[in-house]
Amino acid sequence: MDIFVQQLINGLVLGSIYALVALGYTMVYGILELINFAHGEVTMIGAMVALAAIGLIMGAAPELPGLVIVLGGVLVAIPACMLLGFSIERLAYRPLRRAPRLAPLITAIGISIVLQNVAMLVWGRQYIAFPPLLPQGRHEILGAHITDLQIFIVLLSVAIMLGLWFTVRKTRLGRAMRATAQSREVAELMGVNVNTVISATFLIGSALAAIAGVMVSAYYGLAHYYMGFMLGLKAFSAAVLGGIGNIAGAMLGGFLLGVVEALGAGYIGDLTGGFLGSHYQDVFAFFVLILVLVFRPSGLLGERVAARA
Amino acid sequence: MIMGFFRKHPQIAFVLLAALLLALPFLVGAGLGKSWVRVLDFVLLYVILALGLNIVVGYAGLLDLGFVAFYALGAYVYAWLASPHFGLHLPFWAVLPLGAALAGVFGVLLGTPTLRLRGDYLAIVTLGFGEIIRIFMNNLNAPVNITNGPQGINLIDPVAFGGFAFAGTHTLLGLKVSAAHLYYYLFLAFTLATIFVAMRLQDSRIGRAWAAIREDEVAAAAMGINTRNVKLLAFAMGATFGGLAGGLFASFQGFISPESFNLLESIMILCMIVLGGMGHIPGVILGAVLLTVLPEALRHIGDIQRAWLGQVVVDPADLRMLLFGAALVLMMLYRPEGLIPSRQRKREFHAEDSVAEQEQASLYDARG
Amino acid sequence: MTALLTVENVTKRFGGVHALEAVSLTVQAGEIYGLIGPNGAGKTTLFNCMTGLYTVSAGEIRLEGHPLHNRKPHQIVARGFARTFQNIRLFANMTALENVMVGRHVRSGAGVLGAVLRGAGTRAEEAAIRERAQQLMAFVGLGRKGRALASHLAYGDQRRLEIARALATEPRLLALDEPVAGMNPTERRQMGELFQRLRDAGVTLLLIEHDVKLVMGLCDRVAVLDYGRKIAEGGALQVQQDPAVIAAYLGAA
Repeated sequence: MDIFVQQLINGLVLGSIYALVALGYTMVYGILELINFAHGEVTMIGAMVALAAIGLIMGAAPELPGLVIVLGGVLVAIPACMLLGFSIERLAYRPLRRAPRLAPLITAIGISIVLQNVAMLVWGRQYIAFPPLLPQGRHEILGAHITDLQIFIVLLSVAIMLGLWFTVRKTRLGRAMRATAQSREVAELMGVNVNTVISATFLIGSALAAIAGVMVSAYYGLAHYYMGFMLGLKAFSAAVLGGIGNIAGAMLGGFLLGVVEALGAGYIGDLTGGFLGSHYQDVFAFFVLILVLVFRPSGLLGERVAARA
Repeated sequence: MIMGFFRKHPQIAFVLLAALLLALPFLVGAGLGKSWVRVLDFVLLYVILALGLNIVVGYAGLLDLGFVAFYALGAYVYAWLASPHFGLHLPFWAVLPLGAALAGVFGVLLGTPTLRLRGDYLAIVTLGFGEIIRIFMNNLNAPVNITNGPQGINLIDPVAFGGFAFAGTHTLLGLKVSAAHLYYYLFLAFTLATIFVAMRLQDSRIGRAWAAIREDEVAAAAMGINTRNVKLLAFAMGATFGGLAGGLFASFQGFISPESFNLLESIMILCMIVLGGMGHIPGVILGAVLLTVLPEALRHIGDIQRAWLGQVVVDPADLRMLLFGAALVLMMLYRPEGLIPSRQRKREFHAEDSVAEQEQASLYDARG
Repeated sequence: MTALLTVENVTKRFGGVHALEAVSLTVQAGEIYGLIGPNGAGKTTLFNCMTGLYTVSAGEIRLEGHPLHNRKPHQIVARGFARTFQNIRLFANMTALENVMVGRHVRSGAGVLGAVLRGAGTRAEEAAIRERAQQLMAFVGLGRKGRALASHLAYGDQRRLEIARALATEPRLLALDEPVAGMNPTERRQMGELFQRLRDAGVTLLLIEHDVKLVMGLCDRVAVLDYGRKIAEGGALQVQQDPAVIAAYLGAA
């Protein structure tokens, strides 16, 4: 088996999930200049709600095809996450728009902790298995394996990203979002309802997070109340890598980070003479994040050159 | 009236306070039980940690979410040099400063790449650093066993003066004194020293420089402050106190593992500062006391549940973080300056719009 | 007179935009030098290049022969070049006196050890810092307002406080970015008097203004910027009658 191709495939699959979550960070940052720390937890809640719904549907109508059951779960998770994201913005961020920068950041951390612990109280500390409902086919390509699920995840992510790209570039809402990102004051003067735009941003980002949450739990076959933390951090790193605030950058950054991580985990043992092993996988995202922030804080596609002093 | 009396006679207040602090472990031990003496020790440990982080967050305005890494470093240095793990048993007075100094050096090393970052980026990067350190602690048990992985390091030497070890129960002057009591006095000494240093630093040339970069970094630089050095100094000072507390923790606990140094610990320490009042020493102390004692009190929620519902529905330990998170949000929304804020912070968080707008405008100026 | 500040062919680009194009000028020790030009002419950009907030794309800036270009702001302050900001940037939540005391940072040296031990040397230094700060407050006419919060001062007083804070760094050259913007005629006259007293105290002044008339009575020499280029330099009267300057201001070009 070709390790390089295999890790590349794994990386692209993971990367497409990171990209979906990263979009949520980057859109909010573009408009509010706020790191929505709780976004990773929204993803986790998406996975949890979907799994709960999947369990219910399986109990009520076990004869349904697996794909339909999972789809049912996703369709419950999306509005749940949208409501959650919307409420977080209204209750925790909006009142603090004029406060010193530290304030909304601390609330965001607080919200994140609350969500994690609520999830732990509701769903428990143990890992929750994702039932084997999705097609399990495996294919061989260039000496590596790729599963139906992996193909499905990448294709769906790309389709969603194209849809988002179209929304931002071609629709009225997208125009309002871009205007608000340029300057909230000017957009307001031009008749854009900034609050609506901000709410819409959180709604869209949360919907993407819900889908990403289901994807990641289906991919690893499990969900856990703590899963959002690492996923969120990595997605944030991806957003920074691509250039935070930049939608295309978040997509690029997500894929790149996934690949870096997979290749890094695949080769770190050889590189360090066996001193460090693949359990250091989680370290790569942080190193990428730190390197980007030190050497190119604007990210790969970022336009703002000014150092964020 | 009582306060007025004390204000008129500060010496009397001082003597009473000193007597109270000295008698406290015996009072608490007699009134609430022996386990509370240990709680008292942890209160002091967290006061040191919170005051350390307060230098970084409260004085210099740098939101550091990886503070626990320095706490961990101090603890591991102590464990490496004073336990059977490497077979070294150096005395605490050599190990403790070494751990603190090493943590300080690491504070500078980790601080350096983050200097150019604005507040919110800094938070994420420091958080990443904290996680990296934790991942390494968890995994550096093979091929060379440095940290003993998730199992952690055991049988760490207690603090000892000559042959007098802080372990078991001693009888001194007819009083039965447990190790927890002895550590109380040791920690009290370090806590008082920390408070002293924190107070002196705040009211000094360095303290003013920190306040200036917190208020407006560009203007501070334009007034001749070497923002890079001054920020690194804040990181180093904070980290040193973190390392000191880590060493104390390791000797007191006798056992450490990566579990004790997770992100939630960083956030809890941050919570103490926010709750009490950022930058204000009495506030930070109050925050540390409250957030160490309350979770202990929360344990009784388990008893209440058992009495009323016949079983424990919600584990009180699980409630702890939930309440911390909620406290962070509610404090920021309703009392961002903390329970007992400094004059200055109160003004900052209740600044009139005009000031906020000025800050906004000046930000754009800096970007050009 | 000797040249205090020399700016040689300084160019500053932001992306493709040339904010400054080969600007050269010389400020003599002891004079009040005006830098004028319409809005967006590049005056503040030049200021930011000189005081280390921006790096220059090309060219040199020297203070008494020592290069300042691409040095850090604090190094430039240490050399004896301080500034104020167009949109006042005080440490809003510190008292007025504390603001000025921050300015003494670069002329004092107590470190962590000094702060903690607070020995005789540190105490003496602190006392000197406080005393000097109070003198400067009095010098700019804020003698009684030391304990007020910087953000609570009246607008004109905030401008004065910024000057006092900059003076605390003991500059030989003080750059003031539109120091009288938004002031009424009386306040402007008082500020003009303050500038004269500063000059008498041995501080060379570099003044940014976009109002031409204002600098005329005050400045010994004036340079005019337009679209990032220096279009005129010389005595106030001479510059005022320069056709290029008139065109720039009337937008006739």
